[in-house]
Amino acid sequence: MESNQLTVPVLIKRKRNGRINIRSGNKVDIVIKSTIWILALLTVMAFFFFDYTGLQWERAITETAYNLKVMFLEPALSHFSFSEAIHQVGITLGLGFLATILGAIIAFFLALMAAENLSKPIVSKIVRMLVAYIRAVPTVLWVLIFAIAAGLGSEAAVLGMLFHSVAYLVKAFSESFEEVNPGIIEALRATGSSWWHIVIHGVVPSTFTYMLSWTFLRFEINFSVAVAMGAAAGAGGIGFELFMASGFYFDLREVGFITYAILAIAVVLEIMSTRLKNRYFSNSANA
Amino acid sequence: MNEKKMRQNKLQITIIFIVILLITYLSAAITNFNFLDSVLTIPEAIGWMVSNLMITSETLDRMPSIMDKLLETVFMSIAATTFAAVISLFLALLGSQTTKVNNFFSVLARFIASFSRNIPVVAWSLILLISFGQNSMTGFLALFVGTLGFLTRAFIESIDEANQSSVEALTATGATYFHIVNKAVIPQSLPQMLSWILFMVETNIRSATLVGILTGTGIGAMFDLYYKSMNYQVVALITITIVVTVILIELLSNQIRRVIL
Repeated sequence: MESNQLTVPVLIKRKRNGRINIRSGNKVDIVIKSTIWILALLTVMAFFFFDYTGLQWERAITETAYNLKVMFLEPALSHFSFSEAIHQVGITLGLGFLATILGAIIAFFLALMAAENLSKPIVSKIVRMLVAYIRAVPTVLWVLIFAIAAGLGSEAAVLGMLFHSVAYLVKAFSESFEEVNPGIIEALRATGSSWWHIVIHGVVPSTFTYMLSWTFLRFEINFSVAVAMGAAAGAGGIGFELFMASGFYFDLREVGFITYAILAIAVVLEIMSTRLKNRYFSNSANA
Repeated sequence: MNEKKMRQNKLQITIIFIVILLITYLSAAITNFNFLDSVLTIPEAIGWMVSNLMITSETLDRMPSIMDKLLETVFMSIAATTFAAVISLFLALLGSQTTKVNNFFSVLARFIASFSRNIPVVAWSLILLISFGQNSMTGFLALFVGTLGFLTRAFIESIDEANQSSVEALTATGATYFHIVNKAVIPQSLPQMLSWILFMVETNIRSATLVGILTGTGIGAMFDLYYKSMNYQVVALITITIVVTVILIELLSNQIRRVIL
């Protein structure tokens, strides 16, 4: 179809009053250059603001090098058994999965409200603002705030992690809803189907694989978030063991083992999600 | 779509749903997660937030010290991102298929990126904490290592996506490797890379809070201190300052992105 039509790309950039812009691209250049300069300047400034209490460079670097050597070359378990380690990894995976799947369910409904082709402009705007606000609060703060109300445990961790998962997935889902062929929606609307019919028979079937892939991509992120929550918010799992091993027992060999365990899972998840991306997202980008 | 394919699709979707349900059940069992309890917690938590997370006038006195720590955190994340970006650029040039020098360096660069990316920032900060102690350098280095891995992957993708014809044209004129990189590869992928850098600055401010809680630096440590002493008014104030900062930076970088992309 498309190859039959000769399309000439429009290369002439015009100003607002219709005149041809002969200094095309200049503004972009200026913005790029100034952003880089500002970032560089702020970086230099940053080192004057840092707090260097108790830092001894030489000792710190040699010690870290030694610690890394011990960690990665002589991993061992001393405070818990191998099967316990697998159990802890399972808990972290479980926390990540629960946050992802519950997040996906909530995000699905919110995304329906946020998608511009399926909802009213004002509702869509409100949902988007809400999501932006939720995203701005770091996950760990959500978890800690929920920990006060729900007590430390998996509930607080999952609920806290839920917020960012929802925010991330609402954005992803609503974008894929907006890419649904408007013809499908129009055809269904012409038959007099209700809004729910349009969603169930028109929108969901054509975006199902995308939603599934996005959910999986989020799961990959949530795994490392769950590790972090274990360490920083006491949510349990392998992250908590890592925190204990490094902060309380100072057992570098155990830290090494735990790091390897996290690394192994993370690499497997990354390989899977890269495959998913190549399969579902590269086609849509080129098409 | 014929009927057979549709039926097959339906079967597939059903199987996926069953598998998801099964994993959900398993996850709930292993983590002792109670769905009913957690649903009941939500109104309780919201009620608690409304009644406790109120900013009173006396907490505003703490504003200068909070701003001080916040500034440190923002600077920490910007510095970590820029440093990581410079090194990632070299790693990405080595790692990308179009600009690699040889296979050995390409694999090495990808390995370094994957290694530093897949070990969570938490692990890095805990490892570094042991010998660097509680100061900004620990947080800076932890963020730096995590950012390095992420940006290298993102940069490799942006270099690979860039149009190959200008590289080919320059190669045909006999340009050296540095000429090609400098005049064809970087100008094309720079906007994309800058967009990733801005994204990473935003992300790092949020991670800096987490790293701060663990390493006792910046706004994270401040939050932890008041959280543990149950001074929730100050906790609310700190949370709101973080939210405002993150949103401001996001708006700014969206503005920049709109121009450059």
